[in-house]
Amino acid sequence: MTTSTPAAGWKWRQTSVIPGFGLTLGYTLTYLILIILIPLAGLVWNTAGLGLDQFVAIATDERTLKALRVSFGTAFAAAVVNVVFGVIVAWVLVRYNFPGRRLIDAMVDLPFALPTAVAGIALTALYAQKGWVGALFAPLGIKIAFTPLGIVIALIFIGLPFVVRTVQPVMEEIDKQVEEVAATLGASRFQTITRVILPGLVPAILTGFALAFARGVGEYGSVIFIAGNIPYVSEIAPLLIVIRLEEFNYAGAQAIATIMLVISFAMLFVINLIQAWSRKRYGYA
Amino acid sequence: MATLDRSPQPRSRRFIDAASEPLPAKLALLTLAILFLAFFLVLPLVVVFFEAFRKGFEEFWLAINEPDALSAIRLTLLVAAISVPLNLVFGVAAAWAIAKFEFKGKAFLITLIDLPFSVSPVISGLVFVVLFGSGSLLGPWLKSYGIEVLFAVPGIVLATVFVTFPFVARELIPLMEDQGSGDEEAALSLGASGWQTFWYVTLPNIKWGLLYGVLLCNARAMGEFGAVSVVSGHIRGVTNTMPLHVEILYNEYNMSAAFAVATLLASLALVTLVFKTVLELRFGAGNAGGRH
Repeated sequence: MTTSTPAAGWKWRQTSVIPGFGLTLGYTLTYLILIILIPLAGLVWNTAGLGLDQFVAIATDERTLKALRVSFGTAFAAAVVNVVFGVIVAWVLVRYNFPGRRLIDAMVDLPFALPTAVAGIALTALYAQKGWVGALFAPLGIKIAFTPLGIVIALIFIGLPFVVRTVQPVMEEIDKQVEEVAATLGASRFQTITRVILPGLVPAILTGFALAFARGVGEYGSVIFIAGNIPYVSEIAPLLIVIRLEEFNYAGAQAIATIMLVISFAMLFVINLIQAWSRKRYGYA
Repeated sequence: MATLDRSPQPRSRRFIDAASEPLPAKLALLTLAILFLAFFLVLPLVVVFFEAFRKGFEEFWLAINEPDALSAIRLTLLVAAISVPLNLVFGVAAAWAIAKFEFKGKAFLITLIDLPFSVSPVISGLVFVVLFGSGSLLGPWLKSYGIEVLFAVPGIVLATVFVTFPFVARELIPLMEDQGSGDEEAALSLGASGWQTFWYVTLPNIKWGLLYGVLLCNARAMGEFGAVSVVSGHIRGVTNTMPLHVEILYNEYNMSAAFAVATLLASLALVTLVFKTVLELRFGAGNAGGRH
């Protein structure tokens, strides 16, 4: 806060002829504090009131640990799949011209717009053993719905647009001349892609991965239908919070929620770091 | 470089674009992408409508034209009608403060506005259970004045406002930053008042971006499940929104009814996508890199 140039003196804002700064910032802060900060602080405050012993007991409870592992494990797997296919989808949309490209481009946002409960029941109907897709895998002995694999499917659906929509605009900015130069200098197309194009996309891919992962960890609506929700096996952490609440075990619900909050804020911090680094190194965020 | 005009390139079979993949690789990538999207995006959407009409239109209509479903539709519309305008006003105010002025701590403020995106929906509901529950300070105090927050409409509205908080602001901040303050400064120097400047200069500039943010905010407000589920108490015909109604029907193995109500929500999503695409194509609204 004290890094402004000494000649200008310390000023917390630059003067401007535009009116309304006090009103809009005041309103923004008041609303932010009332709707977001006080409720979040209340949760952390109440958890702090539990005392360390009780908190550690809940946090290290077998069922809590397993639920957190299911949530983070499936979110990680889904984010990895989304990175691979998200980059391919973004590439196809940016570089290739084919009938229906506009339509497919618009469809990518479907998971943002479709209510999660609807996605949940639709994916369950599709990937259950008698469903259109599940029936293809059933003869191979692969069960998708009502197993952790089903959770991964739901999280792939939820996370896909995060990867595509962060990578796509960066791909659009790639200067084709650079690729032509690489080709002229004797690089094969594969070499050009892996050594020239992909390195510049790394920050965007990482950001997309982190966003999809963060969203997947907290996802609830689409997962609970397809997961089967077997404790210790396919029970996600957000569901365990709901179960604790329904048991009137507020301490348990709050402690798990606080753990998840801390981890997601840490991830938010990492996303901001990646973006700051990328702005410095590549000139985009 | 004028001699290197690339447009009248003769279509010869020998011509190879060095900055493109060979045709087989192209086709393989295209097929892979389309298959992936078909399995993960198109089929889920198709299955919703298929299951809803499997038992015919009659069943579909009965599932929707039924008191509990109608009351869920009404509640969903009511909650969106309250929470979207609240976040609309907030979004415009926040974007004005952030885009038109330079001040310390701006980046931190933007991070705080984004915060609800990284909070699990279940936790977004839980914070209000903690704040207004029977063990809290506020809950019993409000109750003594006859105001119920939890398991009632105010709680559902609060949870929805929390979850949809950043949508409008997120859309407007980059848009208004790009536009700068030149137009406003000109209007002010010509004698317009602050409000006149906002109504006649800023608002016309941002209207499509604003509409876009409102659409996304509305889609999420009507479709929110996790946060609302925690605060609603699932009282049929009273505190059930459409997504919660879908869940109840589904858990009762009333599949065709569950999917029938789900088609309404899916149609809302489709309409949102169509509007969004039209806005993007015609007015260039929206930043594709947004988080939603």
